Amino acid sequence: MARATRTDFYDFDSLLTEEEIAIRDAVGDWVDERFLPLVEKAYDDAYFPTEVIPELAEMGLFGATLPEKYGCAGVGPVAYGLTMQELERGDSGLRSFASVQGALCMYPIFEYGSEEQRTKWLPRMAKGEVIGCFGLTEPDFGSDPGGMITRAKKVDGGYVLNGAKMWITNGTVADLAIVWAKLFDEAKGRESIAGFLVEKGTKGYSAPEQKRKHSLRASVTSELVLQDVFVPEGNRLPEGNGLKAPLGCLTQARFGIAFGVVGAAMACFESSVAYSKNRVMFGKPIGGFQLVQAELAKMHTEIIKAQLLALQCGRMKERGVCKPEHVSMAKRNNCEIALEIARRARDIHGANGITSEYPIMRHMNNLESVKTYEGTHNIHTLVLGENITGIAAYRG
Amino acid sequence: MLQVVCIKQVPDTETRVKVAGDGRTLDPTGVTWVMNPFDEFAVEGALQVKEKAGAGEVVVISLGGAGVQTTLRNSLAMGADRAIHLKNDTAAPDSLAVAKALAAAIRELNPQLVWLGKSASDDDAAQVGPMLSELLGLPCVTVAASFALEGTVAKVEREIEGGREQIEVPLPAVITCDKGLNQPRYPSLKGIMAAKKKTIEERAIDLGAAHVELVALELPPARAAGRIVGEGAAAVPELVRALREDAKVI
Repeated sequence: MARATRTDFYDFDSLLTEEEIAIRDAVGDWVDERFLPLVEKAYDDAYFPTEVIPELAEMGLFGATLPEKYGCAGVGPVAYGLTMQELERGDSGLRSFASVQGALCMYPIFEYGSEEQRTKWLPRMAKGEVIGCFGLTEPDFGSDPGGMITRAKKVDGGYVLNGAKMWITNGTVADLAIVWAKLFDEAKGRESIAGFLVEKGTKGYSAPEQKRKHSLRASVTSELVLQDVFVPEGNRLPEGNGLKAPLGCLTQARFGIAFGVVGAAMACFESSVAYSKNRVMFGKPIGGFQLVQAELAKMHTEIIKAQLLALQCGRMKERGVCKPEHVSMAKRNNCEIALEIARRARDIHGANGITSEYPIMRHMNNLESVKTYEGTHNIHTLVLGENITGIAAYRG
Repeated sequence: MLQVVCIKQVPDTETRVKVAGDGRTLDPTGVTWVMNPFDEFAVEGALQVKEKAGAGEVVVISLGGAGVQTTLRNSLAMGADRAIHLKNDTAAPDSLAVAKALAAAIRELNPQLVWLGKSASDDDAAQVGPMLSELLGLPCVTVAASFALEGTVAKVEREIEGGREQIEVPLPAVITCDKGLNQPRYPSLKGIMAAKKKTIEERAIDLGAAHVELVALELPPARAAGRIVGEGAAAVPELVRALREDAKVI
């Protein structure tokens, strides 16, 4: 079985359990053998290769951290993070698919849903029979989701939703959309955010695909349009109240990203090492030149640091002491270094770096999105700033 | 129905092997060890039979040092029920000694099917399967390309020159597997977690005196550098002459 060279200069594996290593390697083998042969065409032609969905489900990659009684694998955060790393070593679009299904859709149903909602949806989502999407961001409200315009109005037997969402991964292909909307809260005497399960085919609900992307091309991105959409009472998430509910999902997904982007960086680094040893210029491999060695040394060091940061974030999660700001630091740092590594890798590959013969430019373009979605780089900077000073820069 | 799968741990086919200082064994430093790729078809074959029957037990057996437990654990993660580790540190035991050790362990299990890869990707001897069947007194079908069980008869196909050979064999039987017999599954996350709780029974064994002695191990000679015979059309006669007289390929 082919196996990608792992970046393990700092004996990272000694910090993992046998099961964590086995899980990472199994997913890594699958990515190498089953996904990599598909990705370049999917990226060129801008589609998600749906044929991999049953295989991802079979391996247990949807909602992997959730309990076995809902048909999930029940693994710990580090094992989950390592699966994200391996998926994103394939493509950020693949990791996004699994992130959205697990952390953004199955997690809120598990965390904020009723037992009935859990047993109805989670096993089918784990099997990949029901695909989910997560609707929080709007055309005019990205970093400030609390300003959203989508509204829910209480009516007899349920709610009526109106509004629009944008940049929604898997929106067009989703059977179930988790939509966050403002609802007048009788108890609080003001509007508050609530979560709703909107099923595909509901009257007034549509999800047109956003085309012409130069990034995450092997991933479906959509708008969600809600015009007088009736959602029955049973499809409201009973515990999903206030902005902290969707933000709680995002903390889960961002944790996965902190691990995931390390995979994309590894792919760029490994390709750069191989290329610089084979590409001969001025009579010797370009890897023999100081400028290239300096780049490789920087890339390698940043990957090792990023791995350790993500791992410690996971170990803190296991102990229940990981706060959203810890995840912010790991997401912010790791996305930044991964993008920087991809750019440096493009440089090392010269003109070849822009072609689909190498994974470099695909990862680089993807990482531009990953740096921005799930909390932009700047917002995470401000989260850290607030944590240091006690003063929130983004609140009045 | 109880089935046994015999597994060998081998260096990853992408490993660049080096010969150890003794000139007779591989230098284990930097080697990634994996399940012999042909054995993956054997594990998958047994699991499919068990799943189709809806019951039964799949026991995996491997002979080797402490390191083989990783590979046994991997087959447990794929879905095998339990493992037996025949502990022995001999670097390259001969095929008959291995077959005898396996036969002793397998006999008491009284399996209906014994599965192996058609050969191991390291020494490529392809001997253990047939030897094992002889020692167990069971029929053996080697290099199986397809497998179907009908009652107590296995219908097996083998790729032969210009066609396919169809064989029917009554159980119990020994089957050695070719590439393409099936699509071996990837261990699932659940399978990996479940494997943690499955048992690997260790048995120290003595292989006895070797029947075959491995005298020396050598890497193939490094490829010599190419030669440029000239440029353009003028170089063609010399190129043709070199290919015919020096390389003797045309």
